[in-house]
Amino acid sequence: MLGQLPILSAITFLPALGAVAILLLRALMRSEEGAVLDRNAKGIALFVTLFVFALSLVMLVEFDAGQAGFQFVESLPWLPALGISYKMGVDGISVLFVVLTAFLLPICILSSWKLEKRVADYMAAFLLLETLVIGVFCALDMFLFYIFFEGSLIPMFLIIGVWGGQNRIYAAFKFFLYTFLGSVLMLAAMIVMFTQVGTTDIEVLLAHPFARDLQTWLWLAFFASFAVKMPMWPVHTWLPDAHVQAPTAGSVILAGILLKLGGYGFLRFSIPMFPNASEFFAPMVFVLSIIAIVVTSLIAFRQTDIKKLIAYSSVAHMGFVTLGIFTMTELGVQGAIFQMLSHGVISAALFLCIGVIYDRFHTREISFYGGLVHKMPVYAAVFGLFAMANVGLPGTSGFIGEIMTMTGAFQVDPRVAAGAALGVIFSAVYMLVAYKKVVFGVITNPKLETATDLNAREWINLGVLAVLAVYFGFFSTPITDTTRASVDQLIQQYQSAQPVEAPVAATAAPAETAAH
Amino acid sequence: MAYIVVFAPLLAAAIAGLLQKQIGDRLAQIITTGATIAAALCSVAIFFDVTVGGNARTIELAQWMAVGNFEINWAIRLDTLSAVMLVVITSVSSLVHVYSWGYMSHDPHRARFFAYLSLFTFAMLSLVTADNFIQMFFGWEGVGLASYLLIGFWYQKDSATSAAIKAFVTNRVGDFGLALGIMAIYLVFGSLQFDEVFAQVPAMAEETIGFFGVNFQALELIAFLLFIGAMGKSAQFFLHVWLPDAMEGPTPVSALIHAATMVTAGVFLVCRAHGIFELAPNTSAFITFIGATTALFAATVGLAQNDIKRVIAYSTCSQLGYMFFAAGLGLYSAAMFHLFTHAFFKALLFLGAGSVIHGLHEEQDMRNMGGIYKLLPITWIMMIIGTLALTGVGIPLLGIGFAGFYSKDMIIEEAFMMGQDGVAFGMFAFWIGVIAAGLTSFYSWRLIFMTFHGKHRGEPEVLKHAHESGPVMIIPLVFLAVGALFAGAAFKSDFVGKGALTFWEESLPPGPYAVGNYGHLVEDYGQSHADEHGVELSEAESASLEAAMSEDEAAAAQDHAVEAAHGDDHGEGADGEHHGHHPPTWVLFSPFAVTLFGFVLAWYFYMANPELPRRIAANNGPLHRFLSNKWYVDEIYNATFVRATRVLGDVFWKFGDQKVIDGLGPNGIAATALSSARRIAKLQSGYLYHYAFVMLIGVLGLALWLIAGAGA
Repeated sequence: MLGQLPILSAITFLPALGAVAILLLRALMRSEEGAVLDRNAKGIALFVTLFVFALSLVMLVEFDAGQAGFQFVESLPWLPALGISYKMGVDGISVLFVVLTAFLLPICILSSWKLEKRVADYMAAFLLLETLVIGVFCALDMFLFYIFFEGSLIPMFLIIGVWGGQNRIYAAFKFFLYTFLGSVLMLAAMIVMFTQVGTTDIEVLLAHPFARDLQTWLWLAFFASFAVKMPMWPVHTWLPDAHVQAPTAGSVILAGILLKLGGYGFLRFSIPMFPNASEFFAPMVFVLSIIAIVVTSLIAFRQTDIKKLIAYSSVAHMGFVTLGIFTMTELGVQGAIFQMLSHGVISAALFLCIGVIYDRFHTREISFYGGLVHKMPVYAAVFGLFAMANVGLPGTSGFIGEIMTMTGAFQVDPRVAAGAALGVIFSAVYMLVAYKKVVFGVITNPKLETATDLNAREWINLGVLAVLAVYFGFFSTPITDTTRASVDQLIQQYQSAQPVEAPVAATAAPAETAAH
Repeated sequence: MAYIVVFAPLLAAAIAGLLQKQIGDRLAQIITTGATIAAALCSVAIFFDVTVGGNARTIELAQWMAVGNFEINWAIRLDTLSAVMLVVITSVSSLVHVYSWGYMSHDPHRARFFAYLSLFTFAMLSLVTADNFIQMFFGWEGVGLASYLLIGFWYQKDSATSAAIKAFVTNRVGDFGLALGIMAIYLVFGSLQFDEVFAQVPAMAEETIGFFGVNFQALELIAFLLFIGAMGKSAQFFLHVWLPDAMEGPTPVSALIHAATMVTAGVFLVCRAHGIFELAPNTSAFITFIGATTALFAATVGLAQNDIKRVIAYSTCSQLGYMFFAAGLGLYSAAMFHLFTHAFFKALLFLGAGSVIHGLHEEQDMRNMGGIYKLLPITWIMMIIGTLALTGVGIPLLGIGFAGFYSKDMIIEEAFMMGQDGVAFGMFAFWIGVIAAGLTSFYSWRLIFMTFHGKHRGEPEVLKHAHESGPVMIIPLVFLAVGALFAGAAFKSDFVGKGALTFWEESLPPGPYAVGNYGHLVEDYGQSHADEHGVELSEAESASLEAAMSEDEAAAAQDHAVEAAHGDDHGEGADGEHHGHHPPTWVLFSPFAVTLFGFVLAWYFYMANPELPRRIAANNGPLHRFLSNKWYVDEIYNATFVRATRVLGDVFWKFGDQKVIDGLGPNGIAATALSSARRIAKLQSGYLYHYAFVMLIGVLGLALWLIAGAGA
């Protein structure tokens, strides 16, 4: 262990300090020194994010994968009268998400290197976002969790709304409306939980058996919030708009990390705290997941905007996550976590790939492109690799999550696995057709004649992601071994809650929802 | 040595692919070709080590996935079945690598081409050396990727990239079944390791799986789902549509991937998992039916194609049908034998066709060929050898002939015997096999006559520049021709004859011809296995012959060294029973007769009366149209699946997402919110901050409420 060093707090709040530093710098510098300010802001942001990433790796090395409980726990009384404390800690489920976040942030900063509009603010927003997202994964107090969870909306909202595309206001608004409405219900549920248990300590809450019919309501309230975040069908329509309008780095964070908050929430709250309700609603989640996988894959096939296509594809891939989580099998849950981490890498890479051509030609229309391979062969190869990873080709990390979640689902209900497997066909259709239209063929658009291949910065970003996508495609155990102990505990806890407590309660729950 | 076989091609592919700028085309060619030849030499050594030395083994390399019981390793499994495949893959691949030096010599992207070829070789090798279903799936999709890349190698051509996508997607439809089959195996057996699964198969015969409200026999369902995968990869009817289009790729690719190796993966899968298929009689009947249908369907379509490569492609499809109906009838060793011989003569035909195309400056339409046998004499001879091997020319009774004679006639004869014994679709398969053999002869000779004989029908200018290919292309042809000539005769005993009793060891049942008993093969083999696993079976249930055989075996195992005893005892037993179970002479002669008939007919149409087929084509009667349009399968698929995908996609998007969800949800609320925001704030963009404000109030409210609650 790291002695008394509060490493989680350091990882969480260093970016915020960086943001403050940038904003202070901006306040201190005169306006005619804009270029200097921008350069310094980028430098600070890159340095801070890299340092945080290094710290997160130190934490990962120190992390004891054999232990199921929370580690590096820090606890300070905050509002002791209310049982609210500042409590941080990670377990096998959250630790890798912290690392993923810390890993993607430097890539975001690097990919925004050429930005010219309000650079200092932009960098500060990203640093603030990092603090809030890492905070979500580390928080062990429900109140703290809520603050981070909701707070992460604000910088993302600004990133889309200020640095986004033409229709950014609509997209930012839609993003905000959706996620916020879900959260309001979650907030209400948290208040109810507090009144029941008298504390907001997540560790205590995890051990508290909630009454069966109460679970139903609490589950639904949390579901409202997490389903929007995932996003699950039919509350997914904010995502394509948000992605299309967001700047490249915004999309990377959105797809790479923010979408994982929903899945993480299911694993941290819904399953362990409301096991009976989870079991009761699992079939509904399966149906929604399959619809998400099949329907959004079909929709993706018809997109003319490459970014929208990848956005819809993200919805489909998140369908595998919800599917896996609610199988409540070790294979399904491990697969879901793997799928989230893998999607964090692959979708981030795909959005960066789109960013590469968007930076050059300022359009996302698929029909604008065609024949890029003749001018950008390296780009074509890299984009091709990630397209295949997105399709779930074995040997890429995309495959592992899909096969694990589907195999887990098959153990529960073969129909579910069959439905999900349909998505595997469609994903090949939309991805390969889009890839062909952008990359293959002859160049018919004279504007593409000037295309230049990847520069060093883009090459580093995509190269690192490519190595990860392939490495974990061939060796998945480094990840599953890290998460194993905590997942096993989660499933045991879930299963031990399942014995029929009272038949009355069991019948009451469906009756209540039906009445509603 | 096994490491060299599998990883040398991968390493070569990585070097040639990633460093192509640095090392240049020439070095990339040398590295990839050298690696593949090294792999081929090692494969031959492994083949003898495994089959003669009896050193079947599995090398575990690393852990791939491990979650609970879901443990998947990277491994190299070497047994007779995989050793046979190793030899086929690496030898054909080496020859194709060498051939491509000549064929691709003018292509600016040679390094990429060779990298893909080696990548394919690696993927195929990892498929056949897998010791579990997931690694096999890795190889399975890996060869699909390589196939996609190579079909679309000339990416500037729209037809090529479209064909590549079609191949990948159609294969994915098959993989959908295969993946579900693998999941079902995990559900039933709790493992995906071959040894663990196959050892449990007899115990699972009664298991059922509920699927969409129906209870299926678990083994039947698994076998069926696995076969869906095999149908996709091996281009069987319904999922065959990608194979003819795959001819858009360079011709060496067609020879390697779409004739000799990748498309046979489905046959390999069925043979590898034969333990499951043996106990799934309904699925086996389905396989026989699909295989036979494909054999006939593809042969009929082959009659009316004019593209030289497409004729051979349909021929491949048809021959794969033979392999499948053999496998469906339980004749796994015969299926593998045909796979083995087919690899040589079909690769020979494709590379020969490539030589013609190369010599005629990319002309592929046989209507523009003719009269060139003097200009390309070696190619001509090689193509004739390939055709003789494909059509299975040989002398019945004496048993001397070209490669296809041994393997194809074996399948046809055994199909007859199985049919006699009442195995489902046995007679159907036999008759289709005979008819398709006649059709095969017709379209094959049609190809030879149209390509090489008669008067030249193309541009005279082309004829002036027509040339025989250089030695780098001819030498691989010669090697393959040797295989087409002798592979059948040399390996008949080992694959399906008496040698098969020891040759396959545990990896495949030796087949009825080997044990001299055509009937009840399945139960017989199952019993000898059951004995080994110590499961008691009632002797009374078995036929006397079978009982005698298993006693023989048991006694032999005690007294003698197992291998020697196997051969001797069974040899005697086989001789003793052979006469009673031998197919009648007319059956032996029927493939020969139809082959001759096909040849004569082809000669009559394309040599004696060359105007006749042209008139038939010009009349364009319904039958001709039906055949030349490939039974309209593509059209039907376009009208249904492809269209449905588009329409559904549009409906879900424009109606579902935009109208219903957004209309009722955010946009509807937004409209309301907007108007109220206007009323309140009279600021056009105020509503954004309005919501931010609401959230802030929410958080504050929570805090206040909590503090108030604490104070109370």
